[in-house]
Amino acid sequence: MSLRIDQDHSRFRNIVRGRIRQNLRKYISKGELLGRQGKDIVSIPIPHIDIPKLRFGDKQQGGVAQGDGEPGDPLSGSPQDGDGQGKAGDQEGEHALEVELTLDELADILGEELELPNIENKGKSAIVDKKDRYVGVRNVGPNSLRHFKRTFRSALRRQIALGTYDPKRPVIIPTRDDMRYKSWKTEEEPVANAVILYMMDVSGSMGDEQKEIVRIESFWIDTWLRKQYKGIETRFIIHDAAAREVDRDTFFRTRESGGTMISSAYRLAAEIIERDYPAAQWNIYPFHFSDGDNWSVDDTLLCVDILKKLLLPSANVFCYGQVDSPYGSGQFIKDLKEHFSEDEQLITSEINDRDAIVESIREFLGKGK
Amino acid sequence: MAQFALKTALPNYLRDEQRRIEEFVRSVGLDVFPTIFEVLSYDQMNEIAAYGGFPTRYPHWRWGMEYERLSKSHEYGLSKIYELVINNNPAIAYLLEGNSLVDQKLVMAHVYAHVDFFKNNFCFRMTSQGRDPRNGADVRKWIDTMANHGAIVRKWANRIGLETVEQFIDACLSLENLIDPQKPFLPKELSPTTSEEDELPETPEVPLLRVDRDYMESFINPEEFVESQKKKLAEEAEQAQRFPAEPRRDVLGFLLDNAPLQRWERECLAVVRAEAYYFLPQMQTKIMNEGWASYWHSRLMTENICDASEIVDYADRCASVLATAPGQLNPYKLGIELFRHIEDRWNKGQFGKEWDDCDDWELRRHWDRRTGLGREKIFEVRSLYNDVTFIDEYLTEDFVADQKLYSFGYNQRNDRWEIESRTFQDVKNQLLTSLTNAGNPIISVVDANHANRSELLLAHTHQGADLRLDWAKEVVKALCRVWTRPVEIHTIVDEKPTALRYDGKDHSQKSI
Repeated sequence: MSLRIDQDHSRFRNIVRGRIRQNLRKYISKGELLGRQGKDIVSIPIPHIDIPKLRFGDKQQGGVAQGDGEPGDPLSGSPQDGDGQGKAGDQEGEHALEVELTLDELADILGEELELPNIENKGKSAIVDKKDRYVGVRNVGPNSLRHFKRTFRSALRRQIALGTYDPKRPVIIPTRDDMRYKSWKTEEEPVANAVILYMMDVSGSMGDEQKEIVRIESFWIDTWLRKQYKGIETRFIIHDAAAREVDRDTFFRTRESGGTMISSAYRLAAEIIERDYPAAQWNIYPFHFSDGDNWSVDDTLLCVDILKKLLLPSANVFCYGQVDSPYGSGQFIKDLKEHFSEDEQLITSEINDRDAIVESIREFLGKGK
Repeated sequence: MAQFALKTALPNYLRDEQRRIEEFVRSVGLDVFPTIFEVLSYDQMNEIAAYGGFPTRYPHWRWGMEYERLSKSHEYGLSKIYELVINNNPAIAYLLEGNSLVDQKLVMAHVYAHVDFFKNNFCFRMTSQGRDPRNGADVRKWIDTMANHGAIVRKWANRIGLETVEQFIDACLSLENLIDPQKPFLPKELSPTTSEEDELPETPEVPLLRVDRDYMESFINPEEFVESQKKKLAEEAEQAQRFPAEPRRDVLGFLLDNAPLQRWERECLAVVRAEAYYFLPQMQTKIMNEGWASYWHSRLMTENICDASEIVDYADRCASVLATAPGQLNPYKLGIELFRHIEDRWNKGQFGKEWDDCDDWELRRHWDRRTGLGREKIFEVRSLYNDVTFIDEYLTEDFVADQKLYSFGYNQRNDRWEIESRTFQDVKNQLLTSLTNAGNPIISVVDANHANRSELLLAHTHQGADLRLDWAKEVVKALCRVWTRPVEIHTIVDEKPTALRYDGKDHSQKSI
């Protein structure tokens, strides 16, 4: 059977790549595949072109749904563009089920979508570690690994099939054959040491939206690097005029006011690296996010100096992401580009809004370092 | 196609199941078209689903986009399509290869109820293509029709270039939802007559009040009155001159009849319009159709089809189909519960004046007249209602409370979506609003000779929600492409009447 979908599909790919129909490119949205990781919903970007139609605006229309909650309670998980009805699909009776993803699978998908190369390990990747993972179920095993839910289910099924199940007295007694046990597989994994150092500017000019962008971006960077390295460590540094190390939670929540001295953060990062992570054994990934507003030209020069002498020699890559804020001048990225135009080890990226996150991740991780 | 059909025929064990299930289906009173099941691999399923269920459609990139989305989400294990059924006589349904037997049975039962709905619900009558003169059967050869559409578009693509044709079809698709849901039920339009209007005198007499005495003239018919009468007359004359005389909701039909189109453009536009009308009933009856199918699959599966060893798997699957999530209405769930609610009420005689007038909560709770009309009633409902009238008539206060329905909206101040209300009237109003016109804004052609420059004027009947502006501008542009003259839409933006206009080069937006 040869359907014509191949022609239509390659035509669509060509539009996305911008080879044909330039006029349609502006409608390309990040279109999402939704997956669930634990209780968080994460979305995987795939290109999507909307044909504009006369529709109601976003957030103009509410909808109806069912479940618990009081008036005034927020809805967890935002409805799609205020389209409470769900999209009135033009095909009938199409059922779809949502499935949960593991972080590993997510990273695979991300890597595939963004065409990210695997990272070249500079540490001792030859060492292999063995690890047991629970991957399935079997009929024999020690009691300590009993899978209660699956055991219950097979017992229930058997009793219903035999007709011994009494809904009024729902007693389920598993027999030997009903027992199910978790089983494991031994997997070999390369040992590598990696650390991510997140640095963020929390001066007055960084608003909530800017921090949200940093949060999303760092989630994906985390996911990708965790897939690449076992036992990755993360450290967090915030700075305004002075820098300090904080925990993850504080990192994303803190809002300070006052000036910005980027060099303070770089100096602290260099100290941490020197103290805890000898460059010969560790893969080091410093990420710095700011709105590009630095206190003075002198301080910028100091930053360049620290980068050249301390950070770049020890790090795999140094990534600088600049978010767009209404207050920042955005000068810093220009200065960096000027001083490090030749250096492939320093990657800069401008993240103007949420849609730019994907592109920025590609810039940071696309080199496979 | 022949090869395709051969390869996908039902294996024997499923054919036996189909025969068995069809017997049950007929015994409970469902009235179905002959139904052909085919088994597809996941890849074939994705392809056909991308084409909206039809193996052959006209060439267009958006099927490719849909295919990519479906196959990606399948590969990543995010979702898979269980079943697909198309409104055709004979009905065609697809099963996914490798599904468990319980799943296949569930899908078959579900599909048969859909087919019953296609055949009997009044909205779907508009998809009928006539009667077979030999046996009076309903002709719905949409598979062929869609393939013909494909042939038409391909023919023109070969003659004048895929790029040109595709661009025009994109413009048509931007207008796809500008059709009139009531059109199939309106009396056929009379052919344009040249009767009365033309015979009207050039300057009709101004109707004045009768005056018996001359000196009273200026009192009974003062100057202002004469003026206002004249003005009214002039307006009426202008209205009579206007074309269309009444606003037309079927914008696509209007363009087809009146826009200066070349032959290939006319044929492509006709294809898009015919398909838009074909899919319309499915959007108008989403809740009912899915509710009806879920109602019957659950009855048939539990009462007839499943044996004891299958019931747990069935229940598991059924529960995931009927699951609800915050902020999203599950049409399967709402539909099935509402059908059950109606059946229950009519079984117990909870209807009519006496019931409506009864305020005694205790009495209402135990109200059971043993009328037993439930089954009959739901069959009547599935024939005579669409989602809007279904909700309007049968959504009750008790039901809203039992099902924990709520309305939600966007709270600007808190910058989040919030539950707004649980009161019956609010929920019902919200639900009806979002279902009206299948969720589309109401747009009509008002004047084809706007400002006497053969520009096209459309009006948006504003019902509380603004249009999405950036898209509206693109739509005006698409309209201009088809109409070939400047186009204007009158709507309301931030409570101000506004005209959106495109003159072939530039967009403009101004208050009126």
